[in-house]
Amino acid sequence: MNANQTYARPVYVVDGSRTPFLKVRGKPGPFRASDLAVGAGRPLLARQPFSPQQLDEVILGCVSSGPDEANISRVVTLRLGCGERVPAWTVQRNCASGLQAVDSAAQDIANGRADLVLAGGTEAMSHHPVLLNNKMLAWLADWNRAKGITARGRHLARLRPDLFQLIIALLHGLTDPVVGLSMGQTAENLAWRFKLSREEMDSFALLSHQHLAQALEANHMDEIEPIYDYAGLLYEMDEGLRADSTLQKLASLRPVFDRPVGMVTAGNSAQVTDGAALLLLASESAVNKHALPVLGKAVDTQWSALDPSQMGLGPVHAMARLLQRNQLNCDAIDYWEINEAFAAQVLACLKAWRDSDYLQNELGIDNSLGSIPEERLNVDGGAISIGHPVGASGARLVLHLLKTLQRTGAQRGITSLCIGGGQGGAMILEATR
Amino acid sequence: MNRHWRLETDPDGIGWLHFNHAGAQVNMLSREALEEFATILSRLENITLSGLIIRSDKTSGFIAGADIKDFRDMTNPAEAESHIQRVHALFQRLEGLPFPSLAMIHGFCLGGGLELALACTYRVAEKSESTRFAFPEVRLGLFPGYGGSVRSVELIGPLGAMKLMLSGRSLNARAAMKIGLVDQIAPDRQLKAAAIKLLESRPTPRQAPLLQRLLNSVPARHALAPLLTKQTAKMVNPAHYPAPFALIEHWKSYAGDRSAMFASEAKQVARLLTSETSQNLIRVFFLQERLKSLAADSTFIPNHVHVVGGGIMGGDIAAWCALKGLNVSLQDRKAQYLSNAINRAYKLFTRKLKAQHQIQAAMDRLMPDPRGYAVAKADVVIEAIFEDVSAKQKLFSEIEQTAQPEALLATNTSSIPLQTIGDALDHPERLIGLHFFNPVAKMQLLEIVHSDDTAPELVNQAVAFARRIDRLPLPVKSSPGFLVNRILMPYLLEAVELLEEGVPAGLIDQAAIEFGMPMGPVELADSVGLDICLAVAEKLAPVYHLEIPQNLRALVKRNHLGRKSGEGFYRYQKGKKIIERRSAQYHLPNDLTERMIFRLLNEAVACLREGVVDDPDLLDAGIIFGTGFAPFRGGPMHYIGRGGLDSTRQRLDLLEQRHGEQFHPDAGWANLRSV
Repeated sequence: MNANQTYARPVYVVDGSRTPFLKVRGKPGPFRASDLAVGAGRPLLARQPFSPQQLDEVILGCVSSGPDEANISRVVTLRLGCGERVPAWTVQRNCASGLQAVDSAAQDIANGRADLVLAGGTEAMSHHPVLLNNKMLAWLADWNRAKGITARGRHLARLRPDLFQLIIALLHGLTDPVVGLSMGQTAENLAWRFKLSREEMDSFALLSHQHLAQALEANHMDEIEPIYDYAGLLYEMDEGLRADSTLQKLASLRPVFDRPVGMVTAGNSAQVTDGAALLLLASESAVNKHALPVLGKAVDTQWSALDPSQMGLGPVHAMARLLQRNQLNCDAIDYWEINEAFAAQVLACLKAWRDSDYLQNELGIDNSLGSIPEERLNVDGGAISIGHPVGASGARLVLHLLKTLQRTGAQRGITSLCIGGGQGGAMILEATR
Repeated sequence: MNRHWRLETDPDGIGWLHFNHAGAQVNMLSREALEEFATILSRLENITLSGLIIRSDKTSGFIAGADIKDFRDMTNPAEAESHIQRVHALFQRLEGLPFPSLAMIHGFCLGGGLELALACTYRVAEKSESTRFAFPEVRLGLFPGYGGSVRSVELIGPLGAMKLMLSGRSLNARAAMKIGLVDQIAPDRQLKAAAIKLLESRPTPRQAPLLQRLLNSVPARHALAPLLTKQTAKMVNPAHYPAPFALIEHWKSYAGDRSAMFASEAKQVARLLTSETSQNLIRVFFLQERLKSLAADSTFIPNHVHVVGGGIMGGDIAAWCALKGLNVSLQDRKAQYLSNAINRAYKLFTRKLKAQHQIQAAMDRLMPDPRGYAVAKADVVIEAIFEDVSAKQKLFSEIEQTAQPEALLATNTSSIPLQTIGDALDHPERLIGLHFFNPVAKMQLLEIVHSDDTAPELVNQAVAFARRIDRLPLPVKSSPGFLVNRILMPYLLEAVELLEEGVPAGLIDQAAIEFGMPMGPVELADSVGLDICLAVAEKLAPVYHLEIPQNLRALVKRNHLGRKSGEGFYRYQKGKKIIERRSAQYHLPNDLTERMIFRLLNEAVACLREGVVDDPDLLDAGIIFGTGFAPFRGGPMHYIGRGGLDSTRQRLDLLEQRHGEQFHPDAGWANLRSV
């Protein structure tokens, strides 16, 4: 069985929008995950020549929605005014949930089940739940059963401080439950394995900010739609950019994950962020029927898996297989996106890509695939500067890569993400002329 | 043969009395329906049932009240009293049936409908926001006359009952349950089961709790009545609206004695009903109905409204449309210009919609659209940008290119002629004016402005749009100031003129309020903003030969713009007027009120002559709903008619002799005889 077939019917990406990516500042931000998706989806649908009711389905990636947003995709669909008859489902593949949504949409279009699909991802990491621990839940259940003052009094006496220990879902979510490592520690693993220096990592982080600053300057970020909270406050721009960042400043940051000697810092990691990105995918017949302007084409997608403690190398595995299957080499790719979960992880991918031992041992590839030209990689910044709302990033990458192809007149790009739990995902996108 | 009522008996011996008023959308207790009800009662009195359930077969609700048409032009108190007594007798027969009766209520249960329900042994209501209980009689200058003033006090006690009857406010099912107006509430799916179960279990019928009953004792009544009177006098002037005070007096005098109270109710309500106040308020009710039914046959169903201009007017129009369920996009030149509008919209939704999910849905319907994506989706495009001809022309020529060919193109301009803006369009016949008033959420009137260029079908569509957003449409011809601002302006300017003559602002406003205006002209000018008043005055002055008093210009020059700047004719602290002590010696000019009101009346006559609106009734409706002009006076044209055309005209001549040509009677007075 081959689950990674090239799409059987052409899959077009018509248009896309995203919200500004908003920094998480410790407390719940102004938008829930569904608010963000509505913020991205409303203007996107408003400028289409068809009505939202004509969508065949809506697929959203989201790692963790709020307690009142179960199957968040359906919640968003109804809130977007798609009416009652547009089915919707939510996908979860951790950091690549947004890419999974685009892939799922593409597959439904490719196999003829759907012609017009709204797909993407949303994440309000600042709203990830904080939970009571099981001991506390047990205590509360017994409290409800305790009758009478004495029984209740006795039960009260059983309260212990550790019962009040809260479970912060965000932190748990960023820790691999099988190998017991946080995502940052898996990045430390890669830095160690590929002998990366702190300077290399910080330089890469600095470059991410510089790229983003240039992109903003050159107005390459027009896929961002302004959003307003209920107080009317306007959010127009990504908040992650540190325009005044320098190597010295980055060098002064302390390691977060392997204290006190590690190298992965808040400065050279992706930022914890709230945001949403949505795309409109269409079959050829839908494109013709509604005379839709086409941004580009989703060509093929690959999902691969590897050792969870090396999860950051996932893009290498997915991209290598994807290029092989499509009989493409590096020269055929004009632009590259590797999601910047950690500077160490992207740099490790670049090294592994060139490392014939790694390719031979881990992927069974004899010949070199060529090298990834760094000036064609993450040209407008990445998750280190823009932020990484885990459910949304995959969709943001697809959208921005297509915009880059369109802007530069290039032909083909590849986008990829590493995925917590030891996976990688990659998608080839092409401009249509 | 029954036309309106249908009685069925089910196998369990329960009688089901279905009310389905023939030839009407809603159930009303018209004379005909009441007569038929009497024959039904005779049948019921001769059969044995385990109980009777009265229900409505209309989807809109139970019973919306009496048929107000029956009360129009009722001038004979004795005739009115005997009608009321007949209904009393009917409802007492219902009350006296040998088996329990139950009103099964959904939707509207108002006025006479509520009084019928109160005469039943039990009441069960659908638990839904659309279930509404109210005694709206006070709004027609009446109080409940079909036994409602007696039975409501008995059932829920004097405090709750008086509050209900004095305010005219409506309660939802939950609130009605809480104060004891209904015995039980149940969702639609359980309503019938709940009604049957209650009839079968036959609990002791409700009555007011002991404490409330004690409030009906003589000493309590005599202590409470003055308090109620005082409270009510803070809200309304007894000289203008006698009904609430008559109700308090009626309760105070007779609450202890049921039959005396019925007799008093019949007498008092008959007196009120035949009074000029009530007849005028009934007139206003029908004026409102007329505006509501304009273009009732239009098939235009707008779904999406695009508003350009995120200022107070544009933002509030957008928010109002979203509140009323339309999809709305709001555009301005820069994203940050929409912040304030979104915030105001959220506050409006929070105020009007209680449930969080409804607030969210309204916010979702209102899309900030700084890039103008949704113009092409709109069925109605409303321009509400600053008053600049070339900016508006440029905007409309762009909109015309992107909007759907059948979309309604509307401007909210208050001062630029429709034709001037229309010049920029390839199809000027597509343009219409939708003149909203500030504050949008409060002002019911919407002037539908049309020019000679405007396609007639467009007026119909605009009227249908106004109804869709629950506003009262008034078609007006495009001429400076349209109807409302034009008529208001001489009145305001006269007030400013009086100020210049040295009359204290407080006294001017007091005079207008005593006439029945909702707010004095000086305070109104301050609230609107003196800069805006001056700008409008300057547009209208050359056309209608108005003199703009110097003090208005002087204040604007000094940036004293009224409430918003902290100082205008009055001074304000945190938006509140500082009341200045008046010198007691000041002698009021005895024609103070007349000077203001007659300027208004004279301009109304001019508008009618020029055909700004089609007829005097529409003019009255516009001025009442657009300015709050004393509703109990029935509108300016009605007021002229009531005052006697000749004597009114003579007063005007006198004012002209005394104060100059601003009181020169308009040529239109000569045509008025036919009115």
